[in-house]
Amino acid sequence: MTDLTKLTIAEAQKGLKSKDYSAVELTEAFLANIEAANTSLNAYVAVTGDQAMAMAKASDEKLSKGEGGALEGIPLGIKDLFATEGVHTQACSHILDGFKPRYESTVTSNLWADGAVMLGKLNMDEFAMGSSNETSYYGNVVNPWRKSGSNAALVPGGSSGGSASSVAARLCMGATATDTGGSIRQPAAFTGTVGIKPTYGRCSRWGIVAFASSLDQAGPITHTVRDSAILLKSMASVDPKDTTSVDIKVPDYEAAIGQSVKGLKIGIPKEYRVDGMPPEIEALWQQGIDWLKDAGAEIVDVSLPHTKYALPAYYIVAPAEASSNLARYDGVRYGLRVPGNDIVDMYENTRAAGFGSEVKRRVLIGTYVLSAGYYDAYYLKAQKVRTLIKKDFDDTWAAGVDALLTPATPNAAFAPGEITDPVTMYLNDIFTVTVNMAGLPGISVPAGLNPDGLPLGLQLIGKPFDEATLFQVGQVIEDAAGTFEPENWWA
Amino acid sequence: MSVDTDTVKRVARLARIKVSDDDADRMTGELNGILGFVEQLDEVNIDGVEPMTSVVEQTMKKRQDGVTDGDKAEAVTVNAPASEDHFFMVPKVVE
Repeated sequence: MTDLTKLTIAEAQKGLKSKDYSAVELTEAFLANIEAANTSLNAYVAVTGDQAMAMAKASDEKLSKGEGGALEGIPLGIKDLFATEGVHTQACSHILDGFKPRYESTVTSNLWADGAVMLGKLNMDEFAMGSSNETSYYGNVVNPWRKSGSNAALVPGGSSGGSASSVAARLCMGATATDTGGSIRQPAAFTGTVGIKPTYGRCSRWGIVAFASSLDQAGPITHTVRDSAILLKSMASVDPKDTTSVDIKVPDYEAAIGQSVKGLKIGIPKEYRVDGMPPEIEALWQQGIDWLKDAGAEIVDVSLPHTKYALPAYYIVAPAEASSNLARYDGVRYGLRVPGNDIVDMYENTRAAGFGSEVKRRVLIGTYVLSAGYYDAYYLKAQKVRTLIKKDFDDTWAAGVDALLTPATPNAAFAPGEITDPVTMYLNDIFTVTVNMAGLPGISVPAGLNPDGLPLGLQLIGKPFDEATLFQVGQVIEDAAGTFEPENWWA
Repeated sequence: MSVDTDTVKRVARLARIKVSDDDADRMTGELNGILGFVEQLDEVNIDGVEPMTSVVEQTMKKRQDGVTDGDKAEAVTVNAPASEDHFFMVPKVVE
Protein backbone atom coordinates (compact mmCIF):
# COMPACT_ATOMS: atom_id res chain seq x y z
CA MET A 1 0.00 0.00 0.00
CA THR A 2 1.25 3.50 -0.76
CA ASP A 3 2.36 5.66 2.15
CA LEU A 4 -0.68 7.89 2.64
CA THR A 5 1.40 10.54 4.40
CA LYS A 6 3.36 11.15 1.18
CA LEU A 7 0.25 12.44 -0.61
CA THR A 8 -0.35 16.09 -1.37
CA ILE A 9 -3.63 17.68 -0.28
CA ALA A 10 -4.72 17.82 -3.93
CA GLU A 11 -4.05 14.08 -4.35
CA ALA A 12 -5.80 13.19 -1.08
CA GLN A 13 -8.88 15.20 -2.08
CA LYS A 14 -9.23 12.95 -5.15
CA GLY A 15 -8.36 9.72 -3.33
CA LEU A 16 -10.88 10.36 -0.56
CA LYS A 17 -13.62 11.16 -3.07
CA SER A 18 -12.95 7.99 -5.09
CA LYS A 19 -12.70 5.99 -1.79
CA ASP A 20 -9.19 4.68 -2.47
CA TYR A 21 -8.74 5.12 1.29
CA SER A 22 -10.79 6.56 4.11
CA ALA A 23 -10.32 9.73 6.14
CA VAL A 24 -9.82 7.49 9.19
CA GLU A 25 -6.97 5.62 7.46
CA LEU A 26 -5.40 8.92 6.47
CA THR A 27 -5.62 10.34 9.98
CA GLU A 28 -4.30 7.11 11.53
CA ALA A 29 -1.28 7.23 9.23
CA PHE A 30 -0.41 10.76 10.36
CA LEU A 31 -1.01 10.00 14.06
CA ALA A 32 1.40 7.05 13.69
CA ASN A 33 4.03 9.31 12.14
CA ILE A 34 3.62 11.86 14.94
CA GLU A 35 3.95 9.12 17.56
CA ALA A 36 7.17 7.90 15.97
CA ALA A 37 8.72 11.31 15.29
CA ASN A 38 7.70 13.80 17.94
CA THR A 39 10.34 12.82 20.51
CA SER A 40 13.02 13.66 17.94
CA LEU A 41 11.46 16.71 16.28
CA ASN A 42 9.32 18.23 19.09
CA ALA A 43 6.98 19.71 16.46
CA TYR A 44 3.71 19.12 18.36
CA VAL A 45 3.01 20.48 21.84
CA ALA A 46 -0.38 18.75 22.01
CA VAL A 47 -1.71 15.83 19.95
CA THR A 48 -5.50 15.62 19.78
CA GLY A 49 -5.76 11.98 18.68
CA ASP A 50 -9.30 11.27 19.90
CA GLN A 51 -10.66 14.47 18.44
CA ALA A 52 -8.86 13.78 15.15
CA MET A 53 -10.36 10.30 14.90
CA ALA A 54 -13.86 11.61 15.66
CA MET A 55 -13.48 14.31 13.00
CA ALA A 56 -12.16 11.77 10.48
CA LYS A 57 -15.10 9.42 11.16
CA ALA A 58 -17.54 12.28 10.61
CA SER A 59 -15.73 13.09 7.35
CA ASP A 60 -16.03 9.47 6.19
CA GLU A 61 -19.77 9.55 6.81
CA LYS A 62 -20.11 12.67 4.69
CA LEU A 63 -17.85 11.31 1.97
CA SER A 64 -19.83 8.05 1.85
CA LYS A 65 -22.93 10.06 1.00
CA GLY A 66 -21.07 11.99 -1.67
CA GLU A 67 -21.08 15.08 0.54
CA GLY A 68 -18.36 17.01 2.29
CA GLY A 69 -16.44 20.28 2.08
CA ALA A 70 -13.36 21.31 0.15
CA LEU A 71 -11.02 19.88 2.82
CA GLU A 72 -13.14 16.91 3.89
CA GLY A 73 -10.91 14.44 5.77
CA ILE A 74 -7.64 16.37 5.25
CA PRO A 75 -5.47 16.12 8.44
CA LEU A 76 -3.86 19.41 9.46
CA GLY A 77 -1.63 20.71 12.24
CA ILE A 78 -2.51 24.02 13.92
CA LYS A 79 0.03 26.53 15.25
CA ASP A 80 -0.39 27.01 19.01
CA LEU A 81 -1.19 30.71 18.37
CA PHE A 82 -4.70 29.87 17.07
CA ALA A 83 -7.47 29.57 19.65
CA THR A 84 -8.98 26.08 19.45
CA GLU A 85 -11.96 25.42 21.67
CA GLY A 86 -11.14 23.26 24.70
CA VAL A 87 -7.64 22.54 23.39
CA HIS A 88 -4.13 23.72 24.43
CA THR A 89 -3.72 27.35 23.23
CA GLN A 90 -0.71 28.95 24.87
CA ALA A 91 1.32 30.67 22.13
CA CYS A 92 3.99 28.32 23.56
CA SER A 93 4.40 30.67 26.54
CA HIS A 94 4.56 29.76 30.22
CA ILE A 95 2.31 32.73 31.02
CA LEU A 96 -0.68 31.06 29.34
CA ASP A 97 -0.24 27.86 31.38
CA GLY A 98 -3.29 25.65 31.13
CA PHE A 99 -5.28 28.06 28.93
CA LYS A 100 -8.05 26.31 27.01
CA PRO A 101 -10.28 28.83 25.24
CA ARG A 102 -14.04 28.47 25.06
CA TYR A 103 -14.03 29.78 21.51
CA GLU A 104 -12.51 28.95 18.13
CA SER A 105 -10.47 31.29 15.90
CA THR A 106 -12.14 32.32 12.65
CA VAL A 107 -9.38 30.74 10.55
CA THR A 108 -9.67 27.32 12.23
CA SER A 109 -13.49 27.55 12.22
CA ASN A 110 -13.29 28.02 8.45
CA LEU A 111 -11.07 24.93 8.14
CA TRP A 112 -13.36 22.71 10.22
CA ALA A 113 -16.41 24.00 8.33
CA ASP A 114 -14.71 22.78 5.16
CA GLY A 115 -14.17 19.33 6.71
CA ALA A 116 -10.51 19.42 7.77
CA VAL A 117 -9.28 17.20 10.63
CA MET A 118 -7.19 18.63 13.52
CA LEU A 119 -4.20 16.47 14.50
CA GLY A 120 -2.96 18.78 17.26
CA LYS A 121 -1.22 22.02 18.19
CA LEU A 122 2.19 22.91 16.83
CA ASN A 123 5.25 24.27 18.60
CA MET A 124 6.38 27.83 17.86
CA ASP A 125 8.54 30.62 19.21
CA GLU A 126 6.96 32.15 22.33
CA PHE A 127 4.28 34.64 21.21
CA ALA A 128 5.69 34.21 17.65
CA MET A 129 8.83 36.13 18.64
CA GLY A 130 11.83 34.41 17.12
CA SER A 131 13.48 33.22 13.92
CA SER A 132 14.74 29.82 15.04
CA ASN A 133 12.09 28.26 17.29
CA GLU A 134 14.50 28.44 20.22
CA THR A 135 12.26 30.68 22.38
CA SER A 136 9.36 28.24 22.95
CA TYR A 137 8.57 27.32 26.56
CA TYR A 138 8.17 23.78 25.19
CA GLY A 139 11.74 23.54 23.89
CA ASN A 140 13.36 23.78 20.49
CA VAL A 141 11.78 22.33 17.37
CA VAL A 142 14.26 20.31 15.31
CA ASN A 143 14.52 20.65 11.54
CA PRO A 144 14.05 17.31 9.72
CA TRP A 145 16.83 18.47 7.38
CA ARG A 146 20.50 17.97 8.28
CA LYS A 147 23.67 18.83 6.40
CA SER A 148 24.80 15.95 4.15
CA GLY A 149 26.89 13.49 6.14
CA SER A 150 26.17 15.22 9.46
CA ASN A 151 23.88 14.29 12.33
CA ALA A 152 24.01 17.68 14.03
CA ALA A 153 20.62 19.29 14.69
CA LEU A 154 19.52 22.40 12.80
CA VAL A 155 16.79 24.93 13.59
CA PRO A 156 13.61 24.87 11.45
CA GLY A 157 13.39 28.67 11.44
CA GLY A 158 10.69 30.56 13.25
CA SER A 159 8.37 31.50 14.53
CA SER A 160 6.25 28.86 12.75
CA GLY A 161 8.97 26.23 13.26
CA GLY A 162 6.58 23.49 14.37
CA SER A 163 4.36 24.11 11.35
CA ALA A 164 7.29 23.91 8.90
CA SER A 165 8.97 20.96 10.58
CA SER A 166 5.75 18.93 10.82
CA VAL A 167 4.90 19.47 7.15
CA ALA A 168 8.46 18.65 5.99
CA ALA A 169 8.53 15.46 8.12
CA ARG A 170 5.04 14.33 7.03
CA LEU A 171 3.47 14.78 10.46
CA CYS A 172 0.52 16.60 8.87
CA MET A 173 -0.64 17.25 5.34
CA GLY A 174 -0.51 21.01 5.79
CA ALA A 175 -0.33 23.43 8.69
CA THR A 176 -1.60 26.83 9.72
CA ALA A 177 1.05 29.40 10.51
CA THR A 178 1.34 33.15 11.11
CA ASP A 179 3.76 35.76 9.83
CA THR A 180 4.57 39.11 11.49
CA GLY A 181 8.05 39.68 10.02
CA GLY A 182 8.76 36.46 8.12
CA SER A 183 7.46 33.73 10.44
CA ILE A 184 5.81 31.73 7.64
CA ARG A 185 8.26 32.29 4.81
CA GLN A 186 11.58 31.89 6.64
CA PRO A 187 10.75 28.48 8.23
CA ALA A 188 9.24 27.33 4.91
CA ALA A 189 12.54 28.21 3.19
CA PHE A 190 14.55 26.38 5.90
CA THR A 191 12.54 23.16 5.52
CA GLY A 192 11.91 22.86 1.78
CA THR A 193 8.20 23.68 2.11
CA VAL A 194 5.89 26.30 0.58
CA GLY A 195 4.58 29.12 2.78
CA ILE A 196 2.46 32.13 1.92
CA LYS A 197 1.71 35.23 3.97
CA PRO A 198 -1.36 36.75 2.36
CA THR A 199 -2.21 40.46 2.17
CA TYR A 200 -2.93 42.10 5.52
CA GLY A 201 -6.70 41.83 5.99
CA ARG A 202 -7.13 38.65 3.91
CA CYS A 203 -7.35 36.22 6.85
CA SER A 204 -9.25 37.19 9.96
CA ARG A 205 -7.06 37.77 13.01
CA TRP A 206 -9.95 36.98 15.36
CA GLY A 207 -8.94 34.28 17.84
CA ILE A 208 -5.24 34.43 16.95
CA VAL A 209 -3.10 35.42 19.95
CA ALA A 210 -1.97 38.95 19.06
CA PHE A 211 1.73 39.85 18.69
CA ALA A 212 1.86 43.02 16.52
CA SER A 213 -1.65 43.71 15.30
CA SER A 214 -0.78 45.89 12.29
CA LEU A 215 1.59 43.22 10.94
CA ASP A 216 0.19 39.79 11.97
CA GLN A 217 -1.35 37.62 9.23
CA ALA A 218 -2.22 33.93 9.08
CA GLY A 219 -1.32 31.68 6.16
CA PRO A 220 -0.58 28.03 5.32
CA ILE A 221 2.60 25.96 5.09
CA THR A 222 2.34 23.00 2.69
CA HIS A 223 4.33 20.72 0.38
CA THR A 224 3.28 22.29 -2.90
CA VAL A 225 2.16 25.62 -4.32
CA ARG A 226 -1.19 24.08 -5.26
CA ASP A 227 -1.75 22.85 -1.70
CA SER A 228 -1.09 26.36 -0.38
CA ALA A 229 -3.67 27.72 -2.81
CA ILE A 230 -6.19 25.13 -1.59
CA LEU A 231 -5.58 25.83 2.11
CA LEU A 232 -5.52 29.63 1.79
CA LYS A 233 -8.87 29.58 0.02
CA SER A 234 -10.40 27.93 3.09
CA MET A 235 -8.50 29.97 5.69
CA ALA A 236 -9.28 33.37 4.15
CA SER A 237 -12.66 35.04 4.68
CA VAL A 238 -14.39 38.31 5.29
CA ASP A 239 -15.04 38.46 9.04
CA PRO A 240 -17.22 40.98 10.86
CA LYS A 241 -15.34 40.09 14.09
CA ASP A 242 -12.11 41.63 12.72
CA THR A 243 -12.49 45.26 11.62
CA THR A 244 -9.27 45.01 9.59
CA SER A 245 -10.65 42.07 7.60
CA VAL A 246 -11.18 43.43 4.10
CA ASP A 247 -14.46 43.15 2.18
CA ILE A 248 -13.13 41.39 -0.88
CA LYS A 249 -14.48 38.00 -1.97
CA VAL A 250 -11.96 35.14 -1.67
CA PRO A 251 -11.07 34.04 -5.21
CA ASP A 252 -10.43 30.48 -6.38
CA TYR A 253 -6.64 30.60 -6.08
CA GLU A 254 -6.22 27.14 -7.60
CA ALA A 255 -7.54 28.44 -10.91
CA ALA A 256 -4.38 30.56 -11.27
CA ILE A 257 -2.12 27.51 -11.16
CA GLY A 258 -0.90 26.27 -14.51
CA GLN A 259 -1.64 29.56 -16.24
CA SER A 260 1.19 30.89 -18.38
CA VAL A 261 3.41 33.65 -17.02
CA LYS A 262 4.21 34.82 -20.55
CA GLY A 263 4.34 38.60 -20.65
CA LEU A 264 4.17 39.04 -16.85
CA LYS A 265 6.58 41.70 -15.63
CA ILE A 266 8.74 40.40 -12.76
CA GLY A 267 10.79 42.99 -10.87
CA ILE A 268 14.24 42.29 -9.40
CA PRO A 269 14.86 44.81 -6.58
CA LYS A 270 18.52 45.78 -6.55
CA GLU A 271 18.50 46.68 -2.83
CA TYR A 272 18.03 42.99 -1.97
CA ARG A 273 21.55 42.31 -3.27
CA VAL A 274 22.97 42.92 0.22
CA ASP A 275 26.62 43.10 1.22
CA GLY A 276 28.10 39.74 2.10
CA MET A 277 25.33 37.75 0.42
CA PRO A 278 26.55 34.12 0.20
CA PRO A 279 27.29 32.97 -3.38
CA GLU A 280 24.75 30.13 -3.01
CA ILE A 281 21.95 32.67 -2.45
CA GLU A 282 23.17 34.81 -5.33
CA ALA A 283 23.22 31.72 -7.61
CA LEU A 284 19.75 30.63 -6.50
CA TRP A 285 18.32 34.06 -7.25
CA GLN A 286 19.90 34.07 -10.74
CA GLN A 287 18.51 30.56 -11.31
CA GLY A 288 15.03 31.82 -10.43
CA ILE A 289 15.41 34.74 -12.84
CA ASP A 290 16.43 32.33 -15.62
CA TRP A 291 13.49 30.00 -14.94
CA LEU A 292 10.97 32.82 -15.14
CA LYS A 293 12.65 34.24 -18.26
CA ASP A 294 12.50 30.78 -19.91
CA ALA A 295 8.79 30.61 -19.06
CA GLY A 296 8.20 33.87 -20.95
CA ALA A 297 8.14 36.42 -18.14
CA GLU A 298 9.73 39.80 -18.68
CA ILE A 299 12.44 40.52 -16.11
CA VAL A 300 12.94 44.16 -15.10
CA ASP A 301 15.32 45.78 -12.61
CA VAL A 302 13.54 47.83 -9.99
CA SER A 303 14.56 49.94 -7.02
CA LEU A 304 13.01 49.97 -3.55
CA PRO A 305 15.24 52.62 -1.97
CA HIS A 306 13.99 52.31 1.62
CA THR A 307 14.51 48.54 1.88
CA LYS A 308 17.36 48.73 4.40
CA TYR A 309 15.22 50.73 6.82
CA ALA A 310 12.43 48.14 7.00
CA LEU A 311 14.10 45.99 9.65
CA PRO A 312 15.05 48.83 12.04
CA ALA A 313 11.56 50.36 11.65
CA TYR A 314 10.06 46.91 12.30
CA TYR A 315 12.03 46.61 15.55
CA ILE A 316 10.27 49.73 16.80
CA VAL A 317 6.75 49.09 15.49
CA ALA A 318 6.49 45.38 16.35
CA PRO A 319 7.78 45.61 19.96
CA ALA A 320 5.63 48.72 20.56
CA GLU A 321 2.49 46.85 19.50
CA ALA A 322 3.62 43.74 21.38
CA SER A 323 4.12 45.67 24.63
CA SER A 324 0.51 46.88 24.37
CA ASN A 325 -0.94 43.51 23.35
CA LEU A 326 0.94 41.58 26.04
CA ALA A 327 -0.22 43.95 28.80
CA ARG A 328 -3.25 41.67 29.18
CA TYR A 329 -1.16 38.87 30.74
CA ASP A 330 -1.52 39.96 34.34
CA GLY A 331 -2.14 36.75 36.27
CA VAL A 332 -5.79 37.66 36.76
CA ARG A 333 -7.87 36.44 33.83
CA TYR A 334 -6.01 33.41 32.52
CA GLY A 335 -2.84 31.40 32.76
CA LEU A 336 -0.06 31.67 35.28
CA ARG A 337 -0.25 33.59 38.57
CA VAL A 338 2.73 34.05 40.87
CA PRO A 339 1.66 35.54 44.23
CA GLY A 340 3.12 38.79 45.58
CA ASN A 341 2.87 41.17 48.54
CA ASP A 342 0.24 43.26 46.78
CA ILE A 343 -1.44 43.35 43.38
CA VAL A 344 1.41 45.17 41.59
CA ASP A 345 3.92 42.75 43.09
CA MET A 346 1.72 39.90 41.83
CA TYR A 347 1.68 41.39 38.29
CA GLU A 348 5.44 41.84 38.32
CA ASN A 349 6.19 38.37 39.67
CA THR A 350 3.77 36.74 37.23
CA ARG A 351 5.20 38.51 34.19
CA ALA A 352 8.80 37.92 35.33
CA ALA A 353 8.18 34.17 35.63
CA GLY A 354 5.78 33.81 32.72
CA PHE A 355 7.63 35.56 29.89
CA GLY A 356 10.85 34.23 28.37
CA SER A 357 13.86 36.47 27.77
CA GLU A 358 13.13 37.35 24.10
CA VAL A 359 9.56 38.34 24.98
CA LYS A 360 10.78 40.46 27.92
CA ARG A 361 13.34 42.14 25.68
CA ARG A 362 10.67 43.14 23.16
CA VAL A 363 8.16 44.26 25.78
CA LEU A 364 10.84 46.49 27.34
CA ILE A 365 11.89 47.95 23.97
CA GLY A 366 8.23 48.55 23.14
CA THR A 367 7.52 50.17 26.49
CA TYR A 368 10.58 52.38 26.11
CA VAL A 369 9.83 53.63 22.58
CA LEU A 370 6.23 54.43 23.56
CA SER A 371 7.18 56.14 26.81
CA ALA A 372 6.83 59.89 27.36
CA GLY A 373 9.54 61.87 25.60
CA TYR A 374 10.56 59.07 23.22
CA TYR A 375 7.35 58.47 21.26
CA ASP A 376 8.13 60.99 18.47
CA ALA A 377 11.80 60.03 18.19
CA TYR A 378 11.09 56.34 17.78
CA TYR A 379 7.53 55.23 17.17
CA LEU A 380 6.30 58.17 15.10
CA LYS A 381 9.48 58.20 13.03
CA ALA A 382 9.21 54.45 12.38
CA GLN A 383 5.61 54.84 11.20
CA LYS A 384 6.71 57.61 8.80
CA VAL A 385 9.48 55.37 7.45
CA ARG A 386 6.85 52.70 7.02
CA THR A 387 4.88 55.06 4.78
CA LEU A 388 8.00 55.46 2.62
CA ILE A 389 8.55 51.68 2.45
CA LYS A 390 5.00 51.16 1.24
CA LYS A 391 5.40 53.99 -1.28
CA ASP A 392 8.44 52.23 -2.81
CA PHE A 393 6.22 49.24 -3.56
CA ASP A 394 3.29 51.37 -4.76
CA ASP A 395 5.60 53.11 -7.25
CA THR A 396 6.77 49.73 -8.54
CA TRP A 397 3.23 48.47 -9.11
CA ALA A 398 2.33 51.78 -10.78
CA ALA A 399 5.19 51.19 -13.22
CA GLY A 400 3.46 48.02 -14.39
CA VAL A 401 5.39 45.38 -12.42
CA ASP A 402 3.25 42.30 -11.63
CA ALA A 403 5.40 40.70 -8.90
CA LEU A 404 8.89 40.83 -7.40
CA LEU A 405 11.40 37.97 -7.11
CA THR A 406 13.88 37.91 -4.21
CA PRO A 407 15.66 35.32 -2.06
CA ALA A 408 13.51 34.24 0.92
CA THR A 409 16.34 34.23 3.46
CA PRO A 410 19.98 35.40 3.56
CA ASN A 411 21.17 31.89 4.50
CA ALA A 412 20.13 28.24 4.98
CA ALA A 413 19.14 26.70 8.34
CA PHE A 414 21.73 27.12 11.10
CA ALA A 415 22.50 25.23 14.31
CA PRO A 416 20.68 25.87 17.59
CA GLY A 417 22.77 28.15 19.80
CA GLU A 418 24.75 29.40 16.80
CA ILE A 419 23.18 32.88 16.87
CA THR A 420 23.06 34.44 20.35
CA ASP A 421 23.09 38.17 19.51
CA PRO A 422 19.48 39.40 19.17
CA VAL A 423 20.20 41.83 16.31
CA THR A 424 22.06 39.13 14.30
CA MET A 425 19.02 36.88 14.76
CA TYR A 426 16.70 39.69 13.58
CA LEU A 427 18.72 39.96 10.34
CA ASN A 428 17.28 36.58 9.28
CA ASP A 429 14.10 38.45 8.35
CA ILE A 430 15.85 41.03 6.18
CA PHE A 431 14.14 39.89 2.93
CA THR A 432 10.72 39.10 4.41
CA VAL A 433 10.00 41.97 6.80
CA THR A 434 9.46 44.66 4.11
CA VAL A 435 6.38 42.72 2.98
CA ASN A 436 4.77 42.91 6.44
CA MET A 437 5.61 46.60 6.79
CA ALA A 438 3.75 47.27 3.50
CA GLY A 439 0.94 44.74 4.16
CA LEU A 440 1.66 42.84 0.92
CA PRO A 441 1.38 39.14 0.11
CA GLY A 442 4.59 37.10 -0.12
CA ILE A 443 5.23 33.42 -0.87
CA SER A 444 8.34 31.32 -0.27
CA VAL A 445 8.84 28.46 -2.71
CA PRO A 446 11.62 25.84 -2.36
CA ALA A 447 14.07 26.41 -5.21
CA GLY A 448 17.12 24.27 -4.56
CA LEU A 449 19.66 22.82 -2.15
CA ASN A 450 22.87 24.51 -1.03
CA PRO A 451 26.28 22.73 -1.25
CA ASP A 452 25.57 21.21 2.22
CA GLY A 453 22.32 19.69 0.92
CA LEU A 454 20.05 22.12 2.77
CA PRO A 455 16.94 23.66 1.19
CA LEU A 456 16.77 27.30 0.07
CA GLY A 457 13.71 29.28 -0.96
CA LEU A 458 12.84 32.05 -3.36
CA GLN A 459 10.30 34.69 -2.41
CA LEU A 460 7.69 36.28 -4.66
CA ILE A 461 6.07 39.53 -3.51
CA GLY A 462 2.72 40.56 -4.96
CA LYS A 463 0.33 43.47 -5.21
CA PRO A 464 -2.30 43.84 -2.48
CA PHE A 465 -4.87 41.01 -2.74
CA ASP A 466 -3.12 39.55 -5.78
CA GLU A 467 -2.19 36.23 -4.16
CA ALA A 468 -3.35 34.53 -7.39
CA THR A 469 -0.32 35.84 -9.32
CA LEU A 470 1.99 34.51 -6.60
CA PHE A 471 0.50 31.03 -6.99
CA GLN A 472 0.72 31.31 -10.79
CA VAL A 473 4.41 32.33 -10.76
CA GLY A 474 5.24 30.11 -7.77
CA GLN A 475 4.08 27.06 -9.71
CA VAL A 476 6.57 27.89 -12.48
CA ILE A 477 9.40 27.87 -9.91
CA GLU A 478 8.13 24.60 -8.41
CA ASP A 479 7.87 22.99 -11.86
CA ALA A 480 11.46 23.99 -12.64
CA ALA A 481 12.98 23.24 -9.22
CA GLY A 482 11.03 20.13 -8.26
CA THR A 483 10.11 19.28 -4.68
CA PHE A 484 12.47 18.40 -1.83
CA GLU A 485 12.23 15.67 0.80
CA PRO A 486 14.55 15.22 3.79
CA GLU A 487 16.02 11.78 4.44
CA ASN A 488 14.11 10.17 7.31
CA TRP A 489 16.47 9.78 10.30
CA TRP A 490 13.89 10.53 12.99
CA ALA A 491 11.65 7.45 12.94
CA MET B 1 20.29 57.36 22.31
CA SER B 2 21.18 54.70 24.81
CA VAL B 3 19.77 53.55 28.13
CA ASP B 4 21.45 53.00 31.50
CA THR B 5 20.59 50.39 34.08
CA ASP B 6 18.34 52.76 36.03
CA THR B 7 16.31 53.51 32.88
CA VAL B 8 15.95 49.76 32.23
CA LYS B 9 14.65 49.29 35.78
CA ARG B 10 12.21 52.18 35.33
CA VAL B 11 10.93 50.79 32.02
CA ALA B 12 10.63 47.30 33.53
CA ARG B 13 8.54 48.83 36.31
CA LEU B 14 6.29 50.50 33.69
CA ALA B 15 5.98 47.13 31.92
CA ARG B 16 5.25 45.39 35.24
CA ILE B 17 8.10 42.93 34.88
CA LYS B 18 10.25 42.32 37.95
CA VAL B 19 13.96 42.40 37.15
CA SER B 20 16.91 41.66 39.40
CA ASP B 21 20.05 43.83 39.31
CA ASP B 22 21.77 41.13 37.24
CA ASP B 23 18.83 41.01 34.78
CA ALA B 24 18.88 44.78 34.44
CA ASP B 25 22.64 44.81 33.76
CA ARG B 26 22.34 42.16 31.05
CA MET B 27 19.25 43.75 29.49
CA THR B 28 20.91 47.18 29.37
CA GLY B 29 23.52 45.83 26.96
CA GLU B 30 20.94 43.99 24.86
CA LEU B 31 18.58 46.94 24.67
CA ASN B 32 21.40 49.28 23.67
CA GLY B 33 22.32 46.84 20.90
CA ILE B 34 18.78 47.08 19.53
CA LEU B 35 18.53 50.86 20.02
CA GLY B 36 21.87 51.24 18.22
CA PHE B 37 20.53 49.17 15.34
CA VAL B 38 17.35 51.25 14.93
CA GLU B 39 19.41 54.48 14.97
CA GLN B 40 19.89 53.95 11.20
CA LEU B 41 16.46 55.56 10.80
CA ASP B 42 18.06 58.93 11.54
CA GLU B 43 19.45 58.83 7.96
CA VAL B 44 15.96 58.93 6.45
CA ASN B 45 14.42 62.23 5.44
CA ILE B 46 10.89 62.13 6.86
CA ASP B 47 10.01 65.79 6.35
CA GLY B 48 6.37 66.11 5.35
CA VAL B 49 5.76 62.33 5.47
CA GLU B 50 2.54 61.20 7.11
CA PRO B 51 2.87 58.34 9.62
CA MET B 52 1.35 55.04 8.53
CA THR B 53 -1.96 54.32 10.20
CA SER B 54 -3.18 51.43 8.03
CA VAL B 55 -1.54 49.39 5.27
CA VAL B 56 -4.90 48.75 3.67
CA GLU B 57 -6.82 51.57 2.06
CA GLN B 58 -10.16 50.92 3.63
CA THR B 59 -12.45 53.06 5.72
CA MET B 60 -12.66 51.62 9.20
CA LYS B 61 -15.66 49.33 9.35
CA LYS B 62 -18.18 50.23 12.00
CA ARG B 63 -20.21 47.74 13.94
CA GLN B 64 -23.85 48.18 14.70
CA ASP B 65 -24.26 49.42 18.27
CA GLY B 66 -26.11 46.35 19.46
CA VAL B 67 -25.82 43.42 21.84
CA THR B 68 -24.61 40.44 19.79
CA ASP B 69 -23.18 38.17 22.46
CA GLY B 70 -23.22 37.69 26.20
CA ASP B 71 -24.43 35.71 29.23
CA LYS B 72 -21.15 33.80 29.29
CA ALA B 73 -19.79 34.60 32.76
CA GLU B 74 -18.75 31.00 33.31
CA ALA B 75 -16.87 30.83 29.98
CA VAL B 76 -15.19 34.17 30.68
CA THR B 77 -13.90 33.26 34.15
CA VAL B 78 -13.23 29.53 33.66
CA ASN B 79 -9.53 30.06 32.79
CA ALA B 80 -8.79 32.43 35.70
CA PRO B 81 -6.16 31.27 38.19
CA ALA B 82 -8.55 32.36 40.98
CA SER B 83 -12.28 33.06 40.66
CA GLU B 84 -15.40 32.83 42.80
CA ASP B 85 -19.05 33.17 41.74
CA HIS B 86 -17.94 34.37 38.29
CA PHE B 87 -15.70 37.09 39.75
CA PHE B 88 -11.95 37.32 39.21
CA MET B 89 -10.13 37.12 42.56
CA VAL B 90 -7.16 39.48 43.14
CA PRO B 91 -5.09 40.45 46.18
CA LYS B 92 -6.71 43.17 48.30
CA VAL B 93 -6.38 46.59 46.59
CA VAL B 94 -8.22 48.86 49.07
CA GLU B 95 -7.78 49.04 52.81
